[in-house]
Amino acid sequence: MPPMTNLLEMRNVTQVFGDVNKGGTVAVDNLSYTISADQPSFTAVVGESGSGKTTIARILLGFQEPSEGQVLYRGHDLAKAPRDISNQFRREVQAVFQDPFEVYNPFYKVDHILDVPIKKFKLASGRAATRALMEEALTRVGLRPEETLGRYPHQLSGGQRQRITVARAILLKPRLIVADEPVSMVDASLRATILQTLRALNEDLGISFVYITHDLTTAYQVSDNILVLYRGRVAEMGDVTSVIKNPQHPYTQLLVASIPLPDPNRRWGENVVAASQDEMSDFRAGCTFAPRCPYVMDICRSTVPPLYQIDPHRASACFLAPQANPDDLPTVEGDVTGVFQPSERLLALTGASDGGSGDPLITDIASQTR
Amino acid sequence: MISTQPVTRGLIAPTDVLAVDDLQVSYRSDRGEVRAVGGVTFGLKPGERLGLVGESGCGKTTTALAIMRLIRPPGRIVGGRILLRDGGGEIDLASLSDERMRRTRLSEVALIPQGSMNSLNPVKRIGDHFADSIQAHERRVPDSEIRDRTADVLKMVGLRESTAKLYPHELSGGMKQRVCIALSITLSPKVIIADEPTSALDVVVQRHVMETLGAVQQRLNAAVILVGHDMGLLAQFVDRLGVMYAGKLVELAPIKDLFENPLHPYTRLLISSLPTLDQRGTFHGVPGLPPSLLNLPVGCLFAPRCPSVMERCSVETPPLQEVAPGHWAACHLYRTTAVPVVTAVVAANETEMPRDAGGHNGLPYRE
Repeated sequence: MPPMTNLLEMRNVTQVFGDVNKGGTVAVDNLSYTISADQPSFTAVVGESGSGKTTIARILLGFQEPSEGQVLYRGHDLAKAPRDISNQFRREVQAVFQDPFEVYNPFYKVDHILDVPIKKFKLASGRAATRALMEEALTRVGLRPEETLGRYPHQLSGGQRQRITVARAILLKPRLIVADEPVSMVDASLRATILQTLRALNEDLGISFVYITHDLTTAYQVSDNILVLYRGRVAEMGDVTSVIKNPQHPYTQLLVASIPLPDPNRRWGENVVAASQDEMSDFRAGCTFAPRCPYVMDICRSTVPPLYQIDPHRASACFLAPQANPDDLPTVEGDVTGVFQPSERLLALTGASDGGSGDPLITDIASQTR
Repeated sequence: MISTQPVTRGLIAPTDVLAVDDLQVSYRSDRGEVRAVGGVTFGLKPGERLGLVGESGCGKTTTALAIMRLIRPPGRIVGGRILLRDGGGEIDLASLSDERMRRTRLSEVALIPQGSMNSLNPVKRIGDHFADSIQAHERRVPDSEIRDRTADVLKMVGLRESTAKLYPHELSGGMKQRVCIALSITLSPKVIIADEPTSALDVVVQRHVMETLGAVQQRLNAAVILVGHDMGLLAQFVDRLGVMYAGKLVELAPIKDLFENPLHPYTRLLISSLPTLDQRGTFHGVPGLPPSLLNLPVGCLFAPRCPSVMERCSVETPPLQEVAPGHWAACHLYRTTAVPVVTAVVAANETEMPRDAGGHNGLPYRE
């Protein structure tokens, strides 16, 4: 097997806003995380507002240089990458943002946001080729080109607009799309179909996704792996089914218990984790969740809990884990990605695409990786 | 009169604290009249939690704002009545003078607006917001009384008394939202309208805020209209849910009936589009787009997207009818009787009012 190449790697990344000693905020706290270039993945990053989700997205996209640590793109430090590398990065790593209303300039037709990357990256020459490329991308995301091209943003629904931003991203044949709350501003009735499109792009074109959301139900629906953040640190992570169906960290338990299920027979019970409502504390000397945790112990206030690997594909940063498992639990040091289960579904798919697929986009990506 | 008071008569009961009767709201635009709310009728029982759900542009927020008489030009209420009942009296908010409406707001009907975290004045302390609210409605209230009442309502929403001394930016999103709930109950209104009160909050905080709202509502025995698009949140909170589509109520039922036996095809699609924790990777959306509210077509407005569409749907508008006790739907699928017979029944209802006191056959809405 050829050595694994890392598309994007966060190494001990810490992001501080302001001065920590003067009430500054630690948005991301010493996180190491890798996205493979060989195996497509679909990872959800969830957490409440202020947990560092969007900061991670901005760091992964190179919008922000972390206060400490490095971001490596195919082995190059992103902050110091030469122009050709950073251009390649700009092509291979794409973003989809939360607000499908603000990303458009109302004075331009929607064609504009598709046209700019085609021109910038010289993806096509001539009008006909440009048009063909746009139409292909729009069809991929489930839009009818004749209903979208030539229109102004206000003539389209929020769902259509968000699909066009996804179409813009896939025009560049990226390896990774970082989607920051891509459906939170889209109507509930359209969310499912947009997520379905993202999932199809992941499966059919082998594009990896980092799906940033506060919505655990959609995270469970589309992703294979999940990273639950609390105040800039990983609380629990691993295979999405284990984490959501059987949460081990008290914070994940609280999150799962707070999901408003669309079922009037399963209302929020009283018998769930009664966490404190203290939302304002910023406690970092021990476990960040300690001030709210119903099971808090002395050690939680003095020591930062390591990530205990409680089963092969899941880790939890909670001192309850070693108590429940008397055998020595291994801990995850450095890069947390090792906990994630390689998706058999996606492995099978990439194996198939190596054999030569009829799909031009897949063959294109396959040839790029070799 | 019969033409303007259609089949929806039984939707309103004489005991309802608020009765919205054939409400119509339009916006004037260069391209013609945009009919945002096209004849919405529902009643709100004292202490009831009613939800209004629908896609953006379905008229749910416009309905809420119309009840508060906060529709600004070019929008206006073009028809219908909004009856607020108090003991024996009854006032029509739709035709109230501006000054009397000002006095009614907050004291009788309060609104927790969308994104209310941004509705606090950033240069005023939290306590000043309460003083403002009280002084706008009551004359010469001593400062000590204002302080005590502010402390009381802050405690009711689970905030410290000292919160009154803080500025909005010193509070978290969830705390600001609870301040807005406290403001809305300062004058003990009979009806609280909450328009997507938690859309900017994450699930844990959302749950705290909704539980707070539920607790104060029960304590005041106020009725709540919760407007939102999150079916999950509504399923957790409301007793009865109205589904709106293109400015009309298409279904109205007790929450359990609505989820267990949704009648309108739109409601069915809406419920099946919800992601759950039961099955992974199953996606259904509602295909198509809602109609433009300019130059609305005749017939059922959902017909172009409806999987069960019939010929009749494009020629005749289905009225909201009681299909099962307390369960109303506006769909031709459930109109077993021929049109003329239905009209006759309507006429009979008109003469025999009130047909039954509850209008919903006395179904219990709360366990």
